[in-house]
Amino acid sequence: MDLRNKACIVGIGSTEFTRNCGRSEIHMAVDAAMGACEDAGLEPTRIDGISRFGTAGQTATEFVTDTDLARCLGIRNLRFFVESPWGGGACCATVMLAAMGVITGTADYVLCFRSIRAATGMVRYGRPTRVPIDAHWSYSMPFGLSTPTSWVAMFTRRWMYETGATKEQLGHLAIVTRENACRNPRAIYYGRPLTMEEYLRSPILCDPFCLHDTCIENDGCVALIVTTPDRAKDLKQKPAYITAAAEATSWDSYCMTSFYREEIGIPEMEEVGKELWRRSGLTPKDMDVVQFYDAFTSLVPMQMEVLGFVKKGEGGAFLEGGDRIRPTGELPINTSGSMLSEAYIHGVNMIAEGVRQIRGTSTTQIKDVSKVLCTGGLGVPTSALILSKDEKS
Amino acid sequence: MAVSFNQRYAQYFFEPVAESFEEEHWNAIKRHELVFQRCAKCKTWLHPPRPMCYQCHSYDLEWVKSSGRGKIYSWVTFIREVNPFNKVPYEVVLVEMDDEKGVRFISNMAEGNAEDLYIGMPVELVWVDVTKEQPLPMFRPVK
Repeated sequence: MDLRNKACIVGIGSTEFTRNCGRSEIHMAVDAAMGACEDAGLEPTRIDGISRFGTAGQTATEFVTDTDLARCLGIRNLRFFVESPWGGGACCATVMLAAMGVITGTADYVLCFRSIRAATGMVRYGRPTRVPIDAHWSYSMPFGLSTPTSWVAMFTRRWMYETGATKEQLGHLAIVTRENACRNPRAIYYGRPLTMEEYLRSPILCDPFCLHDTCIENDGCVALIVTTPDRAKDLKQKPAYITAAAEATSWDSYCMTSFYREEIGIPEMEEVGKELWRRSGLTPKDMDVVQFYDAFTSLVPMQMEVLGFVKKGEGGAFLEGGDRIRPTGELPINTSGSMLSEAYIHGVNMIAEGVRQIRGTSTTQIKDVSKVLCTGGLGVPTSALILSKDEKS
Repeated sequence: MAVSFNQRYAQYFFEPVAESFEEEHWNAIKRHELVFQRCAKCKTWLHPPRPMCYQCHSYDLEWVKSSGRGKIYSWVTFIREVNPFNKVPYEVVLVEMDDEKGVRFISNMAEGNAEDLYIGMPVELVWVDVTKEQPLPMFRPVK
């Protein structure tokens, strides 16, 4: 049994994206969940499943628990509640599990969400505020290697060395996502275009990364509702069918510090890709638009390489000038402005954008979209999914 | 460059913690010895350490003192301060060890200039007292 279009996303909801939301994670989660229900035309109390980011242990990410949200939404009892670990790596996995829940009849309507206060909350991903409890951190933290920016910078420099990719090429990606954000009134960087000069002159945070290589620290929540195509017929929106989804670890995976294996890049996504293409029978060429997880610029060309959109070593060159990834290019990507320029909601905002592309309602709408690829966070075990417009695809 | 620390903020130093099977790595560091774990049976290097050899599943593991020589595999330079204990700028290097096949080690450059660093640069071990209680193995360019 596979997922192939037996489940679909029927509702998307979001808070505003802001540097200070002025309320707690649960408050935002309720707002986004109600937005998703209204979008779908679903009475919120009919939600009977919640699939969320990990709340426990070393990779604790989501502060809002299933019971918090069920209580606030007036849901009497949940029949299905699951969580996916590894921060942003979880985003597409939450949808995969939701699909498995509704396909098996374990639940009828599953809510996926991520409520994040990266600007004003206790966990700010740009800073080493977390208390690491797992011993493997002892091989990096005492040496001051303590932030996600620095962990990704470490394997990015090696990738740039091996492929000859340049800062300017990464700059073109930052500029194109900003162009897309400037068409999207929800985006934090709406109305603030970026030039190459500004990109190259922006403060270096952790060399080789400057400010505009990194995603935004913001507050916000995005929620999605997953159900079956049959139930979707009674709802308001045209469904975005979940054609395939996958999650994977790789050899010798650590949390963002997998520096001891043969290749220190993003082999987890390579494994996800193998599964995704095998399960769907599709290829990169079949994707009309891609939402590549972009907490950092370099992660996009690296994903293009491991997922087979370009040959190994050619990701940087593909970005040159930016035209190939613009809305009119051969591979339009990150059309909402993504996490570099719209908001950092651990990739869930990019899944919502994938749904908009299927519906035809994006602020940077690509023509004749039938297939969208969305991907999850890198440097950690991760996930990805393919959305389709047509149930028969 | 050379790492330097603001001892006023020593409480922000992340003190190493160890699983039971890692303790010797950290105990040796306190004696100014850099040791790596190796499977005594199939000779696979295990870093970070493991409870058991993942290759041959032997529990017969040994600790081997490193020559401390290696080459820079990658590095980053912290420009923006993220922890008041670590004075910026400072380099964090990923060193591939010469004599322990496949072992890489995260550390700092204790001497030399940031602009002279390159991937493949030969480096050698030096010891730096980070706090009163904690020495750490760091590196400098081979002279």
